[in-house]
Amino acid sequence: MFSFCTDPSILPDWQWFACYLTNATHLQFYRAFGVVLVLLAITAPVALGMGMLGALALRSRFVPLAWFGKGYVNIVRGVPDIVFFLFVPIALGQGIEWVMHHINCPDWDQPIRQGNDFIVCREAKVPPLNSARWVYELYAFLMAVVAFALVFGAFAANTLHGAMQAVPRAQIETAEAYGMTRAQAFRRIVLPQMWVYALPGLSNIWQILIKATPLLFLLGIQDIVYWARELGGQKTSLFAYPHPDWRMWYFLGLLCFYLFLTWASERAFARLNARLSRGQATAAGERMRKAAA
Amino acid sequence: MRSCAESFEAYILRALGRDYGANLLPRGLDITICDQLFLIASGLIWNIYFAGLAIVIGFGLAVGVAVARFSENRVLSPLAGGFIFLFRGSPLFIQFFFFYSAFVLLPRSGIDIPLGFVTLTVNTSALTTAQVGGLVVLVLNTTAYSAELFVGALRSIPKGDLEAADAYGMSGFTKFRRVVFPSMLRLAWPSYTNEAIFLTHSTTLVFLSAFPARQQSGEAFYYARYFVDQTFNPFFAYPLVAAYFIALTLAIIGAFGLMNRHLNRHLPQERRARYRFRPQYLR
Repeated sequence: MFSFCTDPSILPDWQWFACYLTNATHLQFYRAFGVVLVLLAITAPVALGMGMLGALALRSRFVPLAWFGKGYVNIVRGVPDIVFFLFVPIALGQGIEWVMHHINCPDWDQPIRQGNDFIVCREAKVPPLNSARWVYELYAFLMAVVAFALVFGAFAANTLHGAMQAVPRAQIETAEAYGMTRAQAFRRIVLPQMWVYALPGLSNIWQILIKATPLLFLLGIQDIVYWARELGGQKTSLFAYPHPDWRMWYFLGLLCFYLFLTWASERAFARLNARLSRGQATAAGERMRKAAA
Repeated sequence: MRSCAESFEAYILRALGRDYGANLLPRGLDITICDQLFLIASGLIWNIYFAGLAIVIGFGLAVGVAVARFSENRVLSPLAGGFIFLFRGSPLFIQFFFFYSAFVLLPRSGIDIPLGFVTLTVNTSALTTAQVGGLVVLVLNTTAYSAELFVGALRSIPKGDLEAADAYGMSGFTKFRRVVFPSMLRLAWPSYTNEAIFLTHSTTLVFLSAFPARQQSGEAFYYARYFVDQTFNPFFAYPLVAAYFIALTLAIIGAFGLMNRHLNRHLPQERRARYRFRPQYLR
């Protein structure tokens, strides 16, 4: 990074640290923070979408669909979520390969599960054999996104369903009295107003989602936890930058990163809440109306 | 192949260590369904140990932290607020890593704390084991979460209750013991039930890569992961451990529900606080 970094062993302290903190592995460590933020940025809308579908299913007047929604929400909520984070990627991976196997190799005569092995033909491997390393990494990352979206979609479905119920019943009846259909009343009355009721719950889920991101490490992704362990571990003089066991300091850094993230999003949600309360038939909205008058 | 009775004998107490069952865990093709049933069940011993002790110790600490947070003391209140923010704002998973790597750095021989009349020696090597160090982290974590619940309950104690206590001439500790504390507990109990459930669920994080499982004695989810690694079949061990946890959750709901009835026994029937399953999920 810097021109004086060619021989770190003779450098004074501050230059040594400047070189140490900007070496190639540390740059990968900083990029891993980006991975966490990307995961949050992708998972949050996907989970919200799943939650919306789940909430609509829960509301549905078509009984099997309502049952399906109830089953989905309650199964995910009743089981420790860490079980889901580990179960979904491996189960889904095997499921995809099983389907690919039956499509691509219908003539295969051996069973797929032989003892403790899961054997599919070459053409059924996902991602394809001999793919580049980044393809495997992307696949693992997408699996993680699916697992997170499934779990947090169920949480969001519950919150959104509650928010839809919280919109005053009289308003929907008024809409129906004006001759709107059920779908129109939902789109024009319920959908715009439900967010103020959903926000406290959604903000809670967002905080939980932030705090769930270090579990990426368990799915074999080189995330910040992985790099903190790698970089913090004791380095002997064989390495360019020898140092004792510094893992504690690296994890302290991660702790501060997460504290900042939760603190910042708490403030952002408080502002959003004030924005959404404007003109609503709630106590907060009433207070704003009075303050303006 | 082992019979079911043999694997019961070999694995039902295996989580306590090698002396209480088979030397080695079952491996590869040797794994039977009964092995998975009993070994994962034996792991529950540690889940109950962690959750039970953390709830009992954390409860006492949380009451203290909540009272400190609610007080108007210029030093104690922000201090308690900082503690709550620190442990509620960061992932438990990272807390385990941080405290483990901090405990490892402590001197092996123990630290002497002179208390004037007696010198207390803290056994630091015990802190690097999950059974002590992991418990410490869980206690701190549940203290922060429960303290937040208790502060909320302290804020919503009916004004009339406090005025009545004043009218009877109660003050200080008497007022706290006879009016404030029971009301706080009654108001916080439904959400405290959720906290207990999710503390129990988060005991599955103890052995995930930070604290080591000595002699392969771990909790239920540790064994479930072990079996999935061995058999490469996630469709038995994970649903099984999920079922065990649902049973554990129902037991907690039952026990805390009894306590809830006890706390609300003086109230007219319809005013009783109802338990609602509104969990905090992951932390």
